[in-house]
Amino acid sequence: MERIYIFKRFERFWHWTQALLIITMMITGFEIHGTYSNLGFETAVEVHTIAAWALITLWVFAIFWHFTTGEWKQYIPTMDKVEAMFRYYLTGIFTHAEHPFRQTTLHKHNPLQRLAYLFVKLLINPLIWASGFLYLFYTSWESWGLGWLNLEWIATIHVIAAFMMLIFFIAHIYLATTGHKPMSHIKAMITGWEEID
Amino acid sequence: MFTRNELIAPVLGIACALALAISLPAAATATPAAEAVQEIAAGLEGAVTKAAGEVAATAEQAVPDAGVAAPAPVPVAAATAEEAKSSSTAEAAKQIHKTKHWSWEYTNPDTGQKLGKKNVINNFCTSVTSNHSFCSACHIGYGWADDSFDFSSEANVDCIVCHDTTGTYKKLPGLSGHPNYETMEWPPHSGRFRPPTDLKKIAQNVGPTSRKTCGTCHFYGGGGDAVKHGDLDSSLTNPGRYLDVHMDSEGLNFSCSRCHVTDEHEVSGSRYGVTAADEKGVLVPGSLDPRNPTTCVACHGNTPHPDKAAKLNDHTRKLACQTCHIPAYARSTLQTKMSWDWSTAGKLDEQGHRIQLKNSAGKVVYDSKKGNFTYDRYVVPEYQWFNGEVKFTLFGDQVSEDSVVKINEFQGDANDPDARIWPVRVFRGKQMYDKGLQTLAVLHTAGKDDAAFWGNYDWDKAMEVGMRAAGSEYSGELGFVSTEMSWPVTHMVSPKEDALDCESCHTDGGRLAGIEGIYLPARDRMPLIDTIGFGIALLALIGVLIHGGIRVILAKREG
Ligand code: HEM
Repeated sequence: MERIYIFKRFERFWHWTQALLIITMMITGFEIHGTYSNLGFETAVEVHTIAAWALITLWVFAIFWHFTTGEWKQYIPTMDKVEAMFRYYLTGIFTHAEHPFRQTTLHKHNPLQRLAYLFVKLLINPLIWASGFLYLFYTSWESWGLGWLNLEWIATIHVIAAFMMLIFFIAHIYLATTGHKPMSHIKAMITGWEEID
Repeated sequence: MFTRNELIAPVLGIACALALAISLPAAATATPAAEAVQEIAAGLEGAVTKAAGEVAATAEQAVPDAGVAAPAPVPVAAATAEEAKSSSTAEAAKQIHKTKHWSWEYTNPDTGQKLGKKNVINNFCTSVTSNHSFCSACHIGYGWADDSFDFSSEANVDCIVCHDTTGTYKKLPGLSGHPNYETMEWPPHSGRFRPPTDLKKIAQNVGPTSRKTCGTCHFYGGGGDAVKHGDLDSSLTNPGRYLDVHMDSEGLNFSCSRCHVTDEHEVSGSRYGVTAADEKGVLVPGSLDPRNPTTCVACHGNTPHPDKAAKLNDHTRKLACQTCHIPAYARSTLQTKMSWDWSTAGKLDEQGHRIQLKNSAGKVVYDSKKGNFTYDRYVVPEYQWFNGEVKFTLFGDQVSEDSVVKINEFQGDANDPDARIWPVRVFRGKQMYDKGLQTLAVLHTAGKDDAAFWGNYDWDKAMEVGMRAAGSEYSGELGFVSTEMSWPVTHMVSPKEDALDCESCHTDGGRLAGIEGIYLPARDRMPLIDTIGFGIALLALIGVLIHGGIRVILAKREG
């Protein structure tokens, strides 16, 4: 069995901090949304707000890292082998067919991952961040010349983005178990070293 | 011959001067100038006290044996009184003449409606018209028995009711604004007797207004303690911190006038012209800004919460302070009235006597004079948008049994920048209206004549007199309409630790469930988006569980 080093220290730190923050934001966010009550509305808002600032800060560092290290290239979309990936998840995975994609340090994400993460980074994150930011500062809209905005729309956009995040989260966690062994990917994100065939 | 009025006025004029004299030393500090002022004040106090004593003594001699009219020695006293009455006392009376407390009238500058106690019909005792001699027990004057009352007379001004410090001065219903000068059975037919009012002692003990003096009328509106306002009752005479954080008698100990700042005897802060929101924030004491000083904002501003609770400051754009800071009203042992149904009034027992039924707490729930009542304590207010403008249904305005008549209606909605969400006490009732004329009725309730409803229980007779006094002819058809009257809840401010928590409103079915025009997180959401969002999330979950399940089974089979 072979092991390759794919996730550098910052990347791993970023990933797990982000995971923690997003889980926190989902738990508190849906409480703010009124789906259930858990911490109490006040605490939920406080935690959500602190986590929001933490997440933004993290993102700023992550974006900086991606550009300075050139790692952003990992997310350049490709349609090559996408179909093969789908087929693999639908049948191949059950029959031990060969994985259509071979991880390398230069290509650490399979084509489906690339697409999914790009979608998260270019759509869900900006949407959630922009709507959340406006939500935080809704009392300032008028002085920013945004008096025409309406809290209900902003909240709705935020909620739609939150749902997208939730759905991504479910799929993401499951797919994390589809490596060489169920824990391979997850270990890789902890240690940096991925086991491959 | 001197009437009782002419007798008492000089006594009280002196008392007013005395009040002024007393207030001077209080303002003085220990500079020589101030000491001089103090000396003058002390001198004045002595002189006035003496004069007051003389007049009061005369009054005491004169009144008991004279009944309504008093015999001769008075001119001397009157002269003394005239001298003692400083120019500022006369000034005070002139100032009083301009106040709502005196005229019981207020013209709303926005709607042009003629309001004030004199004109409004409420859903408690309903109307002052035709009942002056009773209602004027809470008028700051002497002798308002009917329309002939002289509103321009300085002698008719009652300084004492506001400036008494003895707590022994009591104007009784039926005496047209007078206290009893002779021994009198009170309450009527109770077998208990009130000694004559000790005017001498009272005149020697005038002072600033207090919760107690304001409370003699404002705690007892509607015919008894705690009846009318719900947020004003005798528990506020010496409240604990829990009941009112400002009036707390062992803490800040605010008197009413601390917030209801007076200017030339006109008391600020009226529910006829409410300041529902004040974007300008703090109003510095002494400033010439004509804004209403009787608001929370006048002292606290619009961002009163500390930085660590900054989110709360966002709320002041939409909420009145009272909404969170008065979580319930009538928070003492006293029950406030919640409804009054006049339609059942007038039933008598087999001997033709008045019936009174009481509940387990000893509160009257049925009275032949008034009908049925309900009571409550710790009442959670209702909430509504309010921009400070109130529209009344006045005498002559069309009403019908088809809909609930709003005695007064708070205006404003979410789009109105002057509106805030306010806690409101809604008092519900059923009351008389003239079916033929389709107007709220004026009923002649109180009086010693044979038409007064509270003596004779004859609806038609009492209606005839009442309606005529209001300037109409009774159609002969009496009906009862359901009515609602709204009161802004603004007293009994809780300490901050008792303020409402977020979940009181940020939840389904919370306190603001009925408030429209705002997006309230945790109350509001788009159900379709929830259905789609959670639907897809659930499908994704089921999908991965099936997928994972198959993998697990296959892996087991392979061993
Ligand atoms: C994974 C990330 C996030 C998730 C899943 C999430 C989820 C949610 C949800 C479901 C709500 C309730 C909305 C409603 O019903 O009106 C909410 C509220 C809110 N979110 Fe987020 N959110 C996330 C990130 C953010 C970020 C990054 C910000 C700020 C930049 C933010 C700011 C807010 C604010 C201000 C509220 C309203 C809280 C209030 O009522 O004061 N959120 N969030």
